[in-house]
Amino acid sequence: MNLKELYQEIILEHGKNPRNLRKTENFNKDAKGNNPLCGDNVHVYLKLDENKKVHDISFEGSGCAISMASASIMTDLVKGKTEKEVKEIVEDFLGMIKENPDLKTNLLKDDEKTKLMCLSGVKQYPMRVKCATLSWHTLVTAIDKGNTEVNTERRN
Amino acid sequence: MKIDQIKKEFPIFDEKIQNNDLVYLDSANSSQKPKIVIDRINEFYTKQFSNVGRSVHYLAVAATNMYENTRSSVQKYINAKDKNEIVFTKGATEALNLVANTLGQKYLEEGDEVIITELEHHSNYVPWHFLRKSKNIKINFAEINEFGEVPIENIEKLITAKTKIIAVNHLSNVTGAILPIKEITQLAHAKGIIVVVDGCQGAPHLKIDVQDLDCDFYAISCHKMYGPTGLGILYGKKKWLEELPPYQGGGGMIKEVKKDRISYGDLPNKYEAGTMATAQVIAFDQSIKFLEKVGIENIIKHEKELIEYGQEILKKNNSVKLIGNPKNKGGVLSFTIEGVHPHDIATILDEDGVAIRAGHHCCQILHDKLGIPASARASVGIYNTKEDLDQLNESINKCKKIFDL
Repeated sequence: MNLKELYQEIILEHGKNPRNLRKTENFNKDAKGNNPLCGDNVHVYLKLDENKKVHDISFEGSGCAISMASASIMTDLVKGKTEKEVKEIVEDFLGMIKENPDLKTNLLKDDEKTKLMCLSGVKQYPMRVKCATLSWHTLVTAIDKGNTEVNTERRN
Repeated sequence: MKIDQIKKEFPIFDEKIQNNDLVYLDSANSSQKPKIVIDRINEFYTKQFSNVGRSVHYLAVAATNMYENTRSSVQKYINAKDKNEIVFTKGATEALNLVANTLGQKYLEEGDEVIITELEHHSNYVPWHFLRKSKNIKINFAEINEFGEVPIENIEKLITAKTKIIAVNHLSNVTGAILPIKEITQLAHAKGIIVVVDGCQGAPHLKIDVQDLDCDFYAISCHKMYGPTGLGILYGKKKWLEELPPYQGGGGMIKEVKKDRISYGDLPNKYEAGTMATAQVIAFDQSIKFLEKVGIENIIKHEKELIEYGQEILKKNNSVKLIGNPKNKGGVLSFTIEGVHPHDIATILDEDGVAIRAGHHCCQILHDKLGIPASARASVGIYNTKEDLDQLNESINKCKKIFDL
């Protein structure tokens, strides 16, 4: 285990100053997620345009450095992507956090991938994977169902 | 009392945990086990195993005697009047569910009120919530004060003509506040109100005399008392256990079963349906022997010194904020660090072999009241030393360094 790998500079920075930590005005999709084991919660707001592209995305909530940084980086990366593309990115991210050595998607630029890979240190901390994935599951729920609650004990 | 000697009785401290010596500060969650308890489980399964209370063969009779012997030891340890006032359960959670469920069936009606406190663990709230749903009873929460304790006046002012039950914890697993159970019981009984005590944190750390406390029910978690998991104890006054209906049905709890009628067994069988946690019960006798050998007065004194020392060093540590400062405080130090989430604290401390708990500790009502989603909690047991708390402080400093505080 390596704390330095987990708490990389970029994670600490995003954790401290999360991007898009606000509520999107006139959002048309949203979902709440929570981790009942620790009480962490996140609320993701999406504004999709007529072409189903993410016009704006934001989140509210509280959590550890890992979960806040993960939500912050996620919201930065999916802006401008279509629903379908967002889902592909989410799937790729979840695959990487759980088992894959790297990201496969072509929808992200190299520097964006590098940023996301900073979260890969969490792999060595199985109890913390849920922290990194909560906002991503919540984003998919917002897209699929509009507004339901995600629970880390049901979706993994 | 030599803590080093006592610590040697716990084999886990011989292990390296991720190359570190273990600094175990999570005893409020579950305590470590002394060798005599571990060995007793092994011995029972290896040489003496049988189910209890059913067959007449040699092993069954011997196992039944050992099982009942633990009941007598528990009776003596908590000074219950009658051996049959001790019911084994799968945990304190089941014990509290048993009480709420059976009192609910027999004793509560729509509109009746139950008083609990903002300090309660979910296991002393959710079972009452079930009755709020099924029987339309009302739950009133006695508020904490600025020190994280519940003054008896805050309970007293909630009592109405409809109040039937006061259900409180003995020692808060977050703020460490010790509640004045005896006074609460006096107040309640004068008004005909039943008192249920969640003694999960009380039983391992305080002297328990149920006759002196005079509470109607007292729930105990054995794995927090240097005992095995999967075992709890419900103490209930005999009159209640005789009067209330059974909780679960099955083998062992019946007297006579016919197609058109069933009669239930006498105490304590009435509440012990199915095959019980036999090995755990038998091994728990060794936990009580261990506690008696060390002596509860020594445990109280040692843990008080540790907590006072822990409070002292953490108060000096900038950016650490202790939660709760009750006058009567048991072995927990809950805290937050401004700018570091409790989960991050716990992960960083773990790297140094310091095991604490992070989260809401099954007390969401309390954390909501405090306006925080979670906290970090270091809790002590008989095997902890001041050096453990120094290491805690040192690892906290490492957290602050990583987070640039």
